[in-house]
Amino acid sequence: MLTIQYFASVREALGKASEQIHLPDHASTVADLTEHLATRGDAWQLLLNSSQVLIAVNQSVADRSTRLLGSEEVAFFPPMTGG
Amino acid sequence: MQQHTRITVQTDDFDLAAEYDSARQHSANPGAIVCFSGLVRDIAHGGGQTPEQQTLTLEHYPGMTEQALLRIAEQALERWPLQFIRVIHRVGTLAPADQIVLVITTSAHRSAAFEAAEFIMDYLKTSAPFWKKQIAGSHSEWVASRESDYRATERWTKSGQA
Repeated sequence: MLTIQYFASVREALGKASEQIHLPDHASTVADLTEHLATRGDAWQLLLNSSQVLIAVNQSVADRSTRLLGSEEVAFFPPMTGG
Repeated sequence: MQQHTRITVQTDDFDLAAEYDSARQHSANPGAIVCFSGLVRDIAHGGGQTPEQQTLTLEHYPGMTEQALLRIAEQALERWPLQFIRVIHRVGTLAPADQIVLVITTSAHRSAAFEAAEFIMDYLKTSAPFWKKQIAGSHSEWVASRESDYRATERWTKSGQA
């Protein structure tokens, strides 16, 4: 199972903080996962916007070409604004 | 590494004097200690809101945040001859003028301590998973990332600088 976490404005836009899903059979990268999630509806299209939504895999910054095996922790969040 | 760096993400306030003393004790021969503290700005100053009506809420990604801050500290230790690094970042709900972040660097010489503290702050703003939400009265909005913060981070990667 993949654990997916959504933070800050992404969490609010999707109305979801976290979930566990099976990686779809055809999916092998973060880009495949976001395309799968984007089919859920208009709000989920946000995940396709790479300037507004950043990605971490297993708590390290990743990108859309990062490969997934199916048991990772994947997080989607807006650009960081600490300090 | 571990004994040279202390990273904390907390809701509680911090005591600058106590952290300074601790950093001094953790350093073998500190010729310079730089302490930076960041405070919550009065964002609606002049905009009709009183400070009492404003808050800033900080969210983070527990686990990743601490790793990201450690990685930034490791990079600073590789780059400058530092004796100790202390980073405290607060999360939760804060008010204008509250302390939000602390960076302390100690070194034999001031230039290393100054530069490292600035490096840590620059990277912390763009590479550690914190998000700020401003709330003023009934209005709330997520703080947008700033291009100037990215430029501040990028300057450390250009050759010939710092």
